[in-house]
Amino acid sequence: MILIGERINAGFKDIANAIRMKDPAPVKRWAIAQTEAGAAYLDVNIGAASRDPQDMAWLVRTIQNTVSTRLSIDSTNVEVIEAGLDAIDERGVLINSTTADAGKLDQLIPLAVKHNAMLLGLAMDDRGSPQDVDRRVENGATVFMAAVEAGIPPDRIILDPILMPIKFMQEQVPHVLETIEQFTHLSDPSPHISVGVSNVGTKAAEKGRIIRTFLVMAMAKGLDTVICNVCDDELIAAVATAELMLNREIYTDSYIRAFLMRQAV
Amino acid sequence: MTIDIPNVRTSWPHEINAITLGATPAEGGTRTSTVTVGGGTTLPFCQFEGSIPNRPVVAIEVWDIPPQTWPDTVYNPFADVADDPAAWAKKAVEAFGADMICLRLKGCDPTHGNRSPEQAATTARQVADAVGVPLIIWGCGNDEKDNALFPVVSEALSGENCLLGTITEDNYQSLTTVAAAYGHKLIAESPVDINIAKQVNILALDAGFPEEQLVIFPSSGALGYGLEYVYSIMERLRIAGLKGDRAVAMPILCDIGTDVWSTREANAPVSGWGDAKIRGPLWEASTAQAYLLAGADMLVMRHPDAVRLTQKTIARLMGGNTR
Repeated sequence: MILIGERINAGFKDIANAIRMKDPAPVKRWAIAQTEAGAAYLDVNIGAASRDPQDMAWLVRTIQNTVSTRLSIDSTNVEVIEAGLDAIDERGVLINSTTADAGKLDQLIPLAVKHNAMLLGLAMDDRGSPQDVDRRVENGATVFMAAVEAGIPPDRIILDPILMPIKFMQEQVPHVLETIEQFTHLSDPSPHISVGVSNVGTKAAEKGRIIRTFLVMAMAKGLDTVICNVCDDELIAAVATAELMLNREIYTDSYIRAFLMRQAV
Repeated sequence: MTIDIPNVRTSWPHEINAITLGATPAEGGTRTSTVTVGGGTTLPFCQFEGSIPNRPVVAIEVWDIPPQTWPDTVYNPFADVADDPAAWAKKAVEAFGADMICLRLKGCDPTHGNRSPEQAATTARQVADAVGVPLIIWGCGNDEKDNALFPVVSEALSGENCLLGTITEDNYQSLTTVAAAYGHKLIAESPVDINIAKQVNILALDAGFPEEQLVIFPSSGALGYGLEYVYSIMERLRIAGLKGDRAVAMPILCDIGTDVWSTREANAPVSGWGDAKIRGPLWEASTAQAYLLAGADMLVMRHPDAVRLTQKTIARLMGGNTR
């Protein structure tokens, strides 16, 4: 399972303040905590706190001075992504994200090729968020085909079926599960499949349980990547247990410890 | 008409740990040679798709007491040295080409002579002084006694970078501490059980012992006596290690001689089964060679003919000179 740590995001107040004040401390703290918790990538998002691409570059440099973990450059703004990519050193990087929108694909695919980056594609287009399985699969396939045609191999492509809060869009959750399964049939080997799993619990009273349960169900459908709170021990334990159930990890009594060792590779 | 041969090459994301045994004077020991095993990036002998930087090695077994339970076929080559472990080790290296010596402290077993830790240490030192190859020191199998003798033996061999064994799920704390203190490496043993194989490694790691200094001993079964169970466990361990499961990405050791020479097929003078003097070594060599294909990196063996056949096979599978 590829774990992407969600915490360095200006949607969180401490990170928004850190960007505003150029205070590296909270950024470094979360870079270390998420790396120690097993994150393979750290998501980096300046959100609504800033529109200045140089703020993304500052975050990237601050993290790079602290840990060697790979980064996920997260923005809806191509200029912000480009600033992040330009600031990055030799480590692995992930572009988060493109959509199936031709304008986006035309800009981000060449950037992924140029920086040898993995590319995460959201299953949405200029018509907005999809409301059914077919639209999701169609958008995912559009991103996948465009990336493959540009020479990006399937195992460097991550598709995201767009997970919505169960509290507000309950009927969409089974659509996401079904889409995950359909994405696995796109190619052999299949592209990676990811969700921002915290979305499913937004505003819900039983947020933790909802997120954990969804994640385990999604893994059974073929999800192999997740953007999540990697510091949530119960969530990570659920992932480790699901890996056992899928026979991807050899059982031992200390399987959670073994899972964390593997993540640290 | 031409038929395309499908490209079946696989690449694996991770590699098996490499482990070096023995230490030369420059490294703080007195060995004249060292041995490195592991480090492969693919399944055994699949050099067409990955790297197998180190060939498997053969250790010849030496006991600290005359091995009265050994059948004549395997006892006879060592009959002149069976009461002198140092001479036995020297013969194993110089006459029979052992890559390593495995000293088994059988005589320390309370039911086999109950030799003292100090006697064991003296023997171990004498063996170390008689040969230049790296050493495996194998306890008597009685946990309480092994925990008493390893501190003394380890100290006597301090700096020699030996491989000590074995730790098990139920007995690992004492030996991990001792091995770490005197710079030795460890054999992690499990009873033909892949889950326990992984668990013992994790217990050792949790006790602070480095993963790069462990060798897996998944138990061995002789040909006809459960070999296929161990074989499939070794395959699964190796595949999981290459996929990135660091808790099992260790070199694997097989204790061939112990299992083979207790089988009826290797020993019994049954008419129609052929000459036991030939059959026994072939049984040992066949068992060893099956385990090589499953991923064995170190083989502990007894009969010189079996050792020679196995080393020849290793050379051929590594793509080298077949002699």
